Amino acid sequence: MLELIDLHVRYGGIHAVQGISLRVRPGEIVTLIGANGAGKSSTVRAVAGLVRGGLGGRILHTPPGGETVSLAGLPPEKIVARGLALCPEGRRILPHLTVAENLELGAYSRSDRKAVAGDKELVYALFPLLKERHWQPGGTLSGGEQQMLAVGRALMSRPDLLMLDEPSLGLAPILVREIFQIIRRINQEEGRTILLIEQNAHAALSIAHQAYILEVGNIVLSGPGRELLHDPKVKEAYLGG
Amino acid sequence: MSFELFVQNVFNSMTVGSLYALIAIGYTMVYGILRFINFAHGDVFMVGAYLIFFAEMLVPWPVAALIAIAGASLLGILVDQTAYRPLREAPRISALISAIGVSFLLENLAVVVFTGLPRPAVQPAWMVRPIAVGGLRVLPLTFLVPLVTAALVMGLLYVVYRTRPGLAMRAISRDIETTRMMGVSINRIIALTFGLGSALAAAAGIMWAMRYPQIHPYMGVFPGFKAFIAAVVGGIGSIRGAVLGGLLLGTVEVMAIAFNPTLSGYRDAFAFVLLIVILIFMPTGLLGEKNKDKI
Ligand SMILES: Nc1ncnc2c1ncn2[C@@H]1O[C@H](COP(=O)(O)OP(=O)(O)OP(=O)(O)O)[C@@H](O)[C@H]1O
Ligand SMILES: [Mg+2]
Repeated sequence: MLELIDLHVRYGGIHAVQGISLRVRPGEIVTLIGANGAGKSSTVRAVAGLVRGGLGGRILHTPPGGETVSLAGLPPEKIVARGLALCPEGRRILPHLTVAENLELGAYSRSDRKAVAGDKELVYALFPLLKERHWQPGGTLSGGEQQMLAVGRALMSRPDLLMLDEPSLGLAPILVREIFQIIRRINQEEGRTILLIEQNAHAALSIAHQAYILEVGNIVLSGPGRELLHDPKVKEAYLGG
Repeated sequence: MSFELFVQNVFNSMTVGSLYALIAIGYTMVYGILRFINFAHGDVFMVGAYLIFFAEMLVPWPVAALIAIAGASLLGILVDQTAYRPLREAPRISALISAIGVSFLLENLAVVVFTGLPRPAVQPAWMVRPIAVGGLRVLPLTFLVPLVTAALVMGLLYVVYRTRPGLAMRAISRDIETTRMMGVSINRIIALTFGLGSALAAAAGIMWAMRYPQIHPYMGVFPGFKAFIAAVVGGIGSIRGAVLGGLLLGTVEVMAIAFNPTLSGYRDAFAFVLLIVILIFMPTGLLGEKNKDKI
C-alpha cells in the first residue's frame, strides 16, 4: 500500500526526518509513535504532499490492484484523489462551514455524487452526533466533536489508506476509547488501511498490526504492536514504566 | 425637496450603488482568497465597456453584452495567471505591486489600442427614453440597473453557497492547505474567482457606459477606487458586505448632493469621508469578520 524508503524532511536547517523507512501493507493498522518533535507529523505530511521543499528519499504508493507510483512531487489534491487521506493534527475543521459542508468538502476529489450522499450517511452512522448537528458551523462543535468530524471528513474521500495524526489529542478518556474503537471498525468493517500517529502509545500499540517508534527523526524500534507493548524499553519510555 | 424628487433620488442611489456593488464584489472575492487588492480590477471594468462598444458594431446588443462579459472574464483570468500566479508564494506586497503594474499596463494599452479620445457609448434607445410612473418621469435604465444587479448577485450567491466550486471557494478563504488536502485544485478555484469577479465588473462597465455614455481608457480609475472603498466599508472579504457598501456609497453620494447641491463639486470626496467614518467606528467594516489580518 505505502512504502517509505529513506525519507528525509528538512525545514531550513532543521533535519526533522532523518532517513526513515517503513511499510504499510493493505488491511493493516500501522502506528507511528514518538515524543513531541520526533518527526511524526512531518512524515505523514510528506506523504500527503504538504511538504514542499526539503524532501528526500522515496514515497511509493501501490493502490489495491494498481501499479506502484512515486508520490514525491505530487500536489496534495492529486494524492487524496489517489486514495490517501490525511486527518491532520489539530483537526483543521473549517469553522465557518457547517458539519455537512465540511463532510462534502472531504468528498471533493470524487465525482460519484450519488455515492457521496450515501457515504455521508455512513459517516453519520459512525458518528450519530454529527448527524444531529449537521447544520451547525464546524467551529461551534466541541473539541471531541470536531475530532469526529475531522475523521469523518477524511473518510468521505473513500481512502484506501487513512492517515490519522493524533486523533485522540485533547480528548477525555471516554472519548479516547471511543475513537480507538471507531478506528478499529474503520479498519475491520470498511477494510481501510490505517496509518496512525499517536501519543497514547498503549492504546495505539494495542490495536496496531505493526508499530514503528520514532526518536528525533529516526526509527529506533519496530515490530508487531503487541510485541512492542511488552518491550521493556518501550514500557519505560512510552508506557510510563 | 418634493416627494417625487426624493423618490427619484432613491432610484438614482440604487442605480449608482448597484454599479459600485458589482465592482466591489470582485475586489472582495479576490481579497477573500488571496488577501491582496487586485488594483487592475477597475481596468477590467473599462475593458468591458470597450468590448461592448466594438462588439455592438458587429452583432445585436444583447449578444455584444455577452461577448463583453465573457471577454472581460477571460482577461481577469489571464491577468491572474500571468501576473499573480507566479507570485503566490512571494510576500503579499509583490502581488500588490504586480497589480498596480497590470493596472498601468491595461490603461496604457487601452490608450494605444483604442486611442485616448472619449467615445460615445452605446445606449439602446428604449433604455433612455423616459417613461411616466405615477407623477415621475424615469428612465427604464434606472430600474433596470438595480434589477440586473440583483439578479447577478443572486446568481453569484447561488454559485458561492450552493455549488461545489463555491464550497471550495469558501473553504480556501479560510484555510488553503486543508482545502487542498480535501482534493481541491486551488488554481482552478482562483481562476473561477477572477472569472466571476471580472464578469460582474464588465456588467457594471456596460451599464455604467449607458448611464454616463462616454468611454475612455481611464474610466475605470475612479469607479474602481470607490468600489474598493465600498468593499472595505462593507467589510472586505464579505460578498454581502460589498453589496451593502456599494449601495451605501451610492446613496451617500446621490443624497448628499440632492440635499445640498453646493456639494456637487466634492462628489468624489464622499467615498473617503464614508470610509473614514465607518472605519473609526467599525474597523473591520459593516459585515467584516473580526480578527483577520488585513493589509
Ligand atoms: N514548518 C516547519 N518549519 C520549521 N520546522 C518545523 C516545521 N514543522 C515542523 N518543524 C520541526 O520539525 C520537527 C518535527 O516536527 P513534527 O511536527 O514532525 O513532530 P511531531 O513528531 O509530529 O511532534 P508532535 O508530537 O509534537 O506533534 C520539530 O523540531 C519541529 O519544530
Ligand atoms: Mg505532530
